[in-house]
Amino acid sequence: MSTAFKVSTMAEMMANGETPDILFWVGCSGSFDDRAKKITKAVAKILHHCKVKFAVLGAEESCTGDPAKRAGNEFTFQMQAMMNIQVLDGYEVKKIVTACPHCFNTLKNEYPELGGKYEVIHHTQLIQDLINQGKLALEGSQTYKGKKITFHDPCYLGRANDVYEAPRVLIEKLDAELIEMKRCKTTGLCCGAGGAQMFKEAEKGNKEINIERTEDALETNASIIATGCPFCNTMMTDGVKNFNKEHEIQVLDVAELIANAADL
Amino acid sequence: MSIIIFSILFSVAFYFFIKNILQVRSNILLGQKKDIKDNSSQRWKTMLVIALGQKKMFTRPIPALLHLCLYAAFIITQIELLEIFTDGFIGSHRFFLPYLGSFYVFMISFIEILSVLALIATIIFLARRNLLKLPRLNMKELAGWPKNDANLILIMEVVLVTFIFTMNGADEAMQNLQGSSYNFAISSHLAGFVFGGFDLHTLHIFEQIGWWGHLLMVFIFLNYLPYSKHFHIVLAFPNTYYSNLEQKGKFSNLASVTEEVKKMMDPSIDPFAATGTESEAPLRFGAKDVTDLTWKNLLDAYTCTECGRCTSSCPANQTGKLLSPRKIMMDTRDRLVELGEGKRKNGKEYTDGKSLLGDYITEEEIWACTSCNACVQECPVNIDPLSIIIDLRRYLVMEESKMPSELTGMLTNIENNGAPWQFSPADRGNWMNE
Repeated sequence: MSTAFKVSTMAEMMANGETPDILFWVGCSGSFDDRAKKITKAVAKILHHCKVKFAVLGAEESCTGDPAKRAGNEFTFQMQAMMNIQVLDGYEVKKIVTACPHCFNTLKNEYPELGGKYEVIHHTQLIQDLINQGKLALEGSQTYKGKKITFHDPCYLGRANDVYEAPRVLIEKLDAELIEMKRCKTTGLCCGAGGAQMFKEAEKGNKEINIERTEDALETNASIIATGCPFCNTMMTDGVKNFNKEHEIQVLDVAELIANAADL
Repeated sequence: MSIIIFSILFSVAFYFFIKNILQVRSNILLGQKKDIKDNSSQRWKTMLVIALGQKKMFTRPIPALLHLCLYAAFIITQIELLEIFTDGFIGSHRFFLPYLGSFYVFMISFIEILSVLALIATIIFLARRNLLKLPRLNMKELAGWPKNDANLILIMEVVLVTFIFTMNGADEAMQNLQGSSYNFAISSHLAGFVFGGFDLHTLHIFEQIGWWGHLLMVFIFLNYLPYSKHFHIVLAFPNTYYSNLEQKGKFSNLASVTEEVKKMMDPSIDPFAATGTESEAPLRFGAKDVTDLTWKNLLDAYTCTECGRCTSSCPANQTGKLLSPRKIMMDTRDRLVELGEGKRKNGKEYTDGKSLLGDYITEEEIWACTSCNACVQECPVNIDPLSIIIDLRRYLVMEESKMPSELTGMLTNIENNGAPWQFSPADRGNWMNE
């Protein structure tokens, strides 16, 4: 299932003398993880459908350095940051959208001091804008009508950056029933992947964090667990499988919900 | 005579209090410099809302309400304390009464009602700790002194309130014997129930026991504070004033690293040239001991009242890992007190061969953190355990190259192919065609 349209890279746009309105920062997970690639495609489809002039960096994109920084390696982080800033500034990028809250946080909060000053938004915020501008209509969509959906707050979107509303507004646009977990928004429980935990075994304990969080989600009896982070998606998907519920419960990114509902 | 005794007690109490405060201050200043002077209006607002207004307490309404009773009683009682000090210095009795008249009666009545509420709250707090054994108030890091410290403070509160009512109740009973009454809300009733039947002389002794007892408790409390977790009643204010106003997801960028990286990336810089303008090389990257942390981290440690909201919301702790953000703060303070004491005795350059990381906090604890910011979000006085955890990780990784082996692989991947996994950068666009 390739995208039916052509996604341009910054290099291609520049060669054609064009400037995109926004750079879509795909991120490592969105580029390489098979599950996360579907989220990437959903975002691209929405942007294309709404006639947003966007581009990606393609092979010129590199890790923002987030996992290195959270793991304590400031050298690797700043090396990555400086390299990325050179590339971004080279293309005179002004505005960035990303579907990864970790990239979002790093680009938005940690790059400015190192010289990289861009307007950075999360894809749920951009999609909300597109709906508000009337560029994307979901009225009458039956796909998720009346479905019970719960939203898992990614730490780096919620607590780290106080973005709680955009994903929820989008779920409500689906005409679905949004059911909050007992721990949500500021008190939301981490999925267990942050702080470079995604790349290592957990320390000795009596439970995995994603299992604890999946229990919260199962308690709501929702048939869909929505999230806005590729890492949360992995952790929650694994959690659902652990309870053998993968046939009853879907774990989907908000962008996928929107793309499906809009029949893109 | 009593004026002399009072004056001596007062001077001794405040001498030691100020001495203690200066010691705490010098300990905090053992931390690294950090300039926090920006945005003063926003900072005042944060302090008013978070410290004075206790906004973050109310995410857990029951303890918040009980705490509010104690807090309100504590603040309002300071007015009565002011009168006690005045009476002590000039030998008067209820100095404010003739000036304030009926407002005085209202004020003391208000204090009395709040004191009863505070007493009830204190008893419930004692029950929560010792009978109901709330999990967050009975974790293993509280064993020993921290648990006793918490109980002692609560017991002192009970004693203090008892003295207040002994004083006012006996005073009311004396008034009754002379055919009048102050009409204080609570003690006018106590006068009959508890102090009825005593003669004037005995009542006077009771009243004096209450007065001196109250005073003594205040002085003891004052000097106990700097050694206790209860110091938060003072430090909550500066700590919230200096709290982080940035997005919680933003971690500091180490300036020392930025300098190095810029040199590496700029081909025009001669790496061997002595620039002369170069800032002093840092002692180490990240933090191994408390002196590597910023003074704000150390102020955080002294401000912590060990309530454990951080730990009870920590995903690692809830799933049985060793990490407890509260323990991070307690360890930081304990280590700081130990090192500060050593430096005062043996001079500034003194080291004892111990360090925060290793002797107090283990590597296993800090590697369990998901950096989710739940602890930072939960803290009612804006303490930031996460920044200490990250600084300890920085030391381990950048100075000692010690980390879980999978992370070594992840970092190598980022350095070699710009992604935490082993994929070629050339494949980044593959999703477009799959």
